[in-house]
Amino acid sequence: MSNIIEIKDLHFSYKGDEETPDVEVLKGIDLNIEQGEFVAVLGHNGSGKSTLAKHINAILLPTSGKVLVDGIDTADEQRLFDLRQRAGMVFQNPDNQIVSSVVEEDVAFALENLGVPYEEMRRRVDESLKAVNMYDYRLHSPSQLSGGQKQRIAIAGVIAMEPKCIILDEPTAMLDPQGRREVMATIKRMNKEKGITIVLITHYMDEAAQCRRVVVMDKGRVVMDDSPKAVFSRVEEVKSIGLDVPQVTELAWELRKAGCDIPGDILTEEECADAIERLFRS
Amino acid sequence: MPILETQGLTYTYSVGSPFEKTAVDHVDLRIDEGEMVGVMGHTGSGKSTLIQHFNGLLKPTSGKVLLEGKDIWEDKDKIRDVRFKVGLVFQYPEYQIFEETVYKDIAFGPKNMGLDEAEIKRRVMETAEDIGLKEELLDRSPFELSGGQKRRVAIAGVMAMEPKVLILDEPTAGLDPAGRDKILDHIKAYHRRTKNTILIVSHSMEDIAGFADKILVMNKAKLFCYDETKKVFGRSEEISQIGLDVPQITRVFDRLKGRGLDFGKEVYTVGYARDLLLKQLSEREGQ
Repeated sequence: MSNIIEIKDLHFSYKGDEETPDVEVLKGIDLNIEQGEFVAVLGHNGSGKSTLAKHINAILLPTSGKVLVDGIDTADEQRLFDLRQRAGMVFQNPDNQIVSSVVEEDVAFALENLGVPYEEMRRRVDESLKAVNMYDYRLHSPSQLSGGQKQRIAIAGVIAMEPKCIILDEPTAMLDPQGRREVMATIKRMNKEKGITIVLITHYMDEAAQCRRVVVMDKGRVVMDDSPKAVFSRVEEVKSIGLDVPQVTELAWELRKAGCDIPGDILTEEECADAIERLFRS
Repeated sequence: MPILETQGLTYTYSVGSPFEKTAVDHVDLRIDEGEMVGVMGHTGSGKSTLIQHFNGLLKPTSGKVLLEGKDIWEDKDKIRDVRFKVGLVFQYPEYQIFEETVYKDIAFGPKNMGLDEAEIKRRVMETAEDIGLKEELLDRSPFELSGGQKRRVAIAGVMAMEPKVLILDEPTAGLDPAGRDKILDHIKAYHRRTKNTILIVSHSMEDIAGFADKILVMNKAKLFCYDETKKVFGRSEEISQIGLDVPQITRVFDRLKGRGLDFGKEVYTVGYARDLLLKQLSEREGQ
């Protein structure tokens, strides 16, 4: 498999002025993500994860080092449109990324800017709306939709560009549990059915647990990069950098500490229930 | 004694227009003084409309809101006093900060209440301590602070009015796990000191399980239930059906129950689950 995203020794500083020094936010990131992967990026506020995400579609450019997306250097201004078509971004606040007063026009917005012919545009808009289960709402006004529905519209707008990769920066932070489930189900389907690479930045450990790979950032560096099972089994380390583990993982860890014979890498409710059952039936 | 009571509270938006919608439908509720209440309900359930009635931001279409036994709309000119007694902290309150210094921002509410300087100072200092803002931050511009700190300044501004009832609408939205725990711990500290009634709207059942004595659940404009935390999570199936979550740990024990392993208790925090399991295991060994 080829790498869709290649990040090489990426450094980034926010420029200061005469009175305030530069602030180095990313301190040498090396990260490769393969086409079709589903990766969660975790880290507390200020760890640099959003800054990293903004480098993937050239909202920010490296102070030093390189970011390549599908072989395109993000610093190559000539290819900015190509790049953003390949790597789409979805942000936290659904209200800040919807521009039109009709759902289908919003999804078509980027395509119009790219000058996609009408027939093709029609096809892509309909397909994208169907993909996120919002086709029935195509003529509605976004203002009447729930947060979860708005986020799915935003995702449809990105999918319509037929990207290879979608970066989502805390897309569920402002949603209720129902909205979160809808958005997570949509993202997973895009990954599975269309093979789109997903980079999901999140504060929710249960969402990260559903990914295949978890990258943990702390103080501008990647400190862990492994399967969710392997990452979350390091309970103390994860907690020490201001993050959490799923409740089931924490319970298993607490029981182990108290001397129970229970695996340290429990990640799902099923596994947790199995382990407890074994303790009591043995 | 109930501090806050609603009787047949009903609110309909845009009466007479095609968008007419009843957001709160005949809600009867009694909240006792000093309680720590978690408020749940999915988007559009009516919970935000409901809490905006508690300090008179919205006026009921029909029904009543009683504060300390008195109808808050009995004397319209006194509604300002109601707002001092029931403090409401909106979502993302850090966007409402405007003063030059942290001290002034926290002092803004108490000042408007007409308190003297010494009393204002006492309140600013005490709430700053509750909410975990160090003294040296008080002279700084709130705009130089981190997002989490700004949010705490905004919350302190409402706390400093020492309202009998403090309502916070998703105070932890957008924060990382450490930030979430910190804010909730500070709110608990304020609760311990003042013993005032607190209502916290949250989507996180794990969070609610950690602080609430009671839970208020809204569903489709109606009051679904208002009861003790353990009793509410004991109805996990119904809670899931109305689109809400119960804590992950509660779901594990529901599963075990389904397999015939019933611990006979409602489990909704990790600490409680651990203690319960360890106790039962050692009892088994003792036999």
